[in-house]
Amino acid sequence: MLRKLVMLVVILAVIGAAAFWFITMPATVSADALGSYTPDLDNGKTMFYAGGCASCHATPNQDDKTKLGGGLALKSPFGTFYPPNISPDRNDGIGGWSEADFVTAMWKGTSPDGSHYYPAFPYTSYQRMRLEDVRDLFAYLKTLPAVQGKVRDHDLPLHFKIRRMLGGWKFLFLDGEQLRPDTSKSAQRNRGAYLVNGPGHCAECHSPRNPLGGIVASQRFAGGPDPEGGDGSVPNITPAGIGDYSERDIERILESGDMPNGDSVGGAMAAVVANTSKLSADDRAAIALYIKSLPPVKGPKRP
Amino acid sequence: MIRTALVVAMLAFGATALVAQSDPIAARKALMKANGDQSKVATDMLEAKQPFNLDAAKKVFATFAEAGEKAPVLFPDNSKTGGDTAALPTIWEDKADFTARLAKFASEAKAAGAATKDFDSFKVQITEVRKNCGGCHQTYRKKTS
Repeated sequence: MLRKLVMLVVILAVIGAAAFWFITMPATVSADALGSYTPDLDNGKTMFYAGGCASCHATPNQDDKTKLGGGLALKSPFGTFYPPNISPDRNDGIGGWSEADFVTAMWKGTSPDGSHYYPAFPYTSYQRMRLEDVRDLFAYLKTLPAVQGKVRDHDLPLHFKIRRMLGGWKFLFLDGEQLRPDTSKSAQRNRGAYLVNGPGHCAECHSPRNPLGGIVASQRFAGGPDPEGGDGSVPNITPAGIGDYSERDIERILESGDMPNGDSVGGAMAAVVANTSKLSADDRAAIALYIKSLPPVKGPKRP
Repeated sequence: MIRTALVVAMLAFGATALVAQSDPIAARKALMKANGDQSKVATDMLEAKQPFNLDAAKKVFATFAEAGEKAPVLFPDNSKTGGDTAALPTIWEDKADFTARLAKFASEAKAAGAATKDFDSFKVQITEVRKNCGGCHQTYRKKTS
């Protein structure tokens, strides 16, 4: 009897370990799945600004936001992250990456050496991007100046350093779906939904997160505490928070940072505006239209 | 009469200076509030929510310039906390940069006021001058927006 019980425990443990191994295996996109393609650099540039890559990856303390040497300290409740060098430098950046490596990073959050990226890199949003847009972005990044120098390691508590565990996080919060247009809605609204939920990754800051660091789906866009710590907060951008803003008001915020009450945006949003100001007026209008169309959701209490 | 006016003016000046000295947080918040109110006037004129008026436009820049000139001394070391301040400790970590940014804001606002002759020039000037706002709000103000 006891022997049978021990056997059972062993078998269950093996199954459990196999399941863990399988679930936490870093996913990739193979080069065969991509096919041939001629990238559109203009669209790549648009994706660069819509995606706000420079906000995290630009070399800090200098003015050229196309120098993507990385190294900015990004505080979080889980530790401090240092976004890597994504300039086209062959040794220290992404100059040696294949297109499939890049698509894998953006869609699956997996690095070329097959390990998980931390979700501080917002692949939960970037996975929504169209393949063409990701490929255009890659081509555009390759046109930017190469910056030498590898970035230091993330500063995380020991138990968060086991990257394999992130496979479990992805199992819970990364569904691998691209965003399909809603045919019952206008092209403009679909464009806005795409920019906001895909490259723009607005929800990553404008939503509360659960204790595991996943976005609380029912309160998406309803604001929350400053993810970088401190006692600041990120505003609710559903009509429950900014219902008195017109579409034009939102466009102006994205264009210049000027809010209708005379204030100007601060914190990380100032860096966001540095990017959205470079989008076309049409794209800003699409974002505004979509934001105005969100259902009103009450967010967490603001401090 | 002139003497009375002078005395009143001096007293008023003294009182302002005193408030600034005794409660720098309230004083700098008042300056920022005035900036916000004037910035709203500017936006409303740009959006044709209120008609363009040259005096009102110049007042926007004069208010900005005044805030930029008066603000630097309103961040003494004993005003890092309290009074519901949104100022971040980063101000005191790089005071030189913070002060330089205020000075740049003040001088650009002043020049913009002088260069504003009509609606079109106002539009150009206000857009340029307000680019300064985000620079400090990003680094030196508690995240609220």
